[in-house]
Amino acid sequence: MTNTIDTKTVKHVANLVRLGISEEEAQKFSGQFSSIIDYFNMLNEVDTENVIPASDIANAENVLREDVVKPSMDREEFLKNAPQSERGYVKVPTVLGDE
Amino acid sequence: MQLTNLTLREAHELLKTKKLSSVELTQATLQRIHDVDSKVKSYVTVTDDLALEQAKRADERIAKNGNVTPLTGIPFAMKDCISTRGVKTTCSSKILENYIPQYNATVTNKLSDAGAVLVGKTNMDEFGMGSSCENSAFFNTHNPWNLDHVPGGSSGGSAAAMSASLATFTIGEDTGGSVRMPAGFCNVTGIKPTYGRVSRYGLISLVSSFDCIGPMTRDVYDCATVLEHIAGHDEKDSTTYQSPVPNYTQHINKPINKLKLGIPKEYFVAGMEAGVESALQESIRQFEKLGMEIHEVSLPHTKYGLPVYYLLLFAEASSNLARFDGARFGLSKSDNAKDVIDIYLQTRREGFGDEVKRRIMLGAYALSAGYYDAYYLKAQKVRTLLRRDFETALASCDLLLAPTCPTTAFKLGEKTNDPLAMYLSDIYVVATNPAGVPAMALPCGFSNNMPVGMQLIGKHLDEQTLFQVGHAYQQVTDWHKKLPHL
Repeated sequence: MTNTIDTKTVKHVANLVRLGISEEEAQKFSGQFSSIIDYFNMLNEVDTENVIPASDIANAENVLREDVVKPSMDREEFLKNAPQSERGYVKVPTVLGDE
Repeated sequence: MQLTNLTLREAHELLKTKKLSSVELTQATLQRIHDVDSKVKSYVTVTDDLALEQAKRADERIAKNGNVTPLTGIPFAMKDCISTRGVKTTCSSKILENYIPQYNATVTNKLSDAGAVLVGKTNMDEFGMGSSCENSAFFNTHNPWNLDHVPGGSSGGSAAAMSASLATFTIGEDTGGSVRMPAGFCNVTGIKPTYGRVSRYGLISLVSSFDCIGPMTRDVYDCATVLEHIAGHDEKDSTTYQSPVPNYTQHINKPINKLKLGIPKEYFVAGMEAGVESALQESIRQFEKLGMEIHEVSLPHTKYGLPVYYLLLFAEASSNLARFDGARFGLSKSDNAKDVIDIYLQTRREGFGDEVKRRIMLGAYALSAGYYDAYYLKAQKVRTLLRRDFETALASCDLLLAPTCPTTAFKLGEKTNDPLAMYLSDIYVVATNPAGVPAMALPCGFSNNMPVGMQLIGKHLDEQTLFQVGHAYQQVTDWHKKLPHL
């Protein structure tokens, strides 16, 4: 049986979620994803013509408040968890690459 | 008297009348953790020093008779996905292994204000993704009733700690059964409240539209007590209800005769373990004896609950977990990284376990161009139908009764190689979360010496009826009093 989700698709979605994966992992996930998605295809049996998708939970009302500036977490306190920081900023390598 | 076996209510009586101090109770709890948790492995972090300090403050509060609540001086454990300032909060993931939050979740603040004593953080499936606690990146938690079996998941640590008397109450979190399923496996009581009843601020999100924090306790009365203290509106979570929190315990003894109990026929079908089915049937007879009216009802979209739940989970989780980028907090892997994308790829590869990887990739798949309509949108439509099922059934009944799982706790390793088989163990608990309705699990018997759980499902914001009915049941049964031997 061929897999519904091939390794190429697995690598594509891995890239979408910024997850490094090996060829071997892509193969393993391809088989697992296919059996899961095949099972979930049972949703096609359900007639959803004219059904409005549930985009909210039951308690849906707009919550408004004044846009007032309040103190937030102290900068130094925040940076305690940052792997690298410099002059009060979180430090990362080049953001703009060649792509 | 074994202090660690006391219910919250009993412990409170002793503390209030100064027959027991919080320091004594907390020391007894910590001692038991150090004695038996090497077998159960329910705790990721034990906060000995902090707990004793909080216990001393609770004793002072009681001595001064100042604002003593039913939780003052009571030792509790928190699922490790709920932020605790200054105490590691790991979600049982490598990516947060050394993460120490700089702020408290609202639930943490409420419990601390009430004077409860945090003894530690409990193990879970990584980010709540799992049904057996075997997806913890650190270690497996064992079922106190038989150490070769799983405690259920994802709040497996909170369930096992409660079951093994390693805290007087615990806090779990239920995204699709993660309080109720392990409660059933470990013979404890636990509630998934109505979505929006308890603030999610400071809870590390799995599925923002499903996640519900809920207590796990020795009995229904304790469960009502804890929920009273953690529920309520929070301006930091705009999905919380404005309506005031009822005094659940005050009305818990209200008579339940004439209440209508619905039995969803789709939940009682082939595939259920015989001992589970007979325990459930016996509890239905018990409710009948208590004067309730029993009605068969239908939840016609039950079999679609699982795909709806998982597809929406994948999608929301894949967005929620995008915050783990190796740049601002948590694990960071940047070996020879040439750009920031490299940090993401390396950090997430090393930091996430297989189940997390599977789910966020499947989420991206379900949301991606070409598949969005077929999977994500379709699931949201069927979610509307699932919600209508509950509305219809609960229009003719006051509450519903269902099993928490088709089987009792399975063996460690039994389902780890088959993700789909693991998902199927959630079949009875997942549908309530897309619908948002409250559901409480409570012990209702044993099958092959392992606990069986049932759940009572109620109307939106009607936790009160669940507590009344569950409490009445526990006045005439003693399943909830049975404790494992360790």
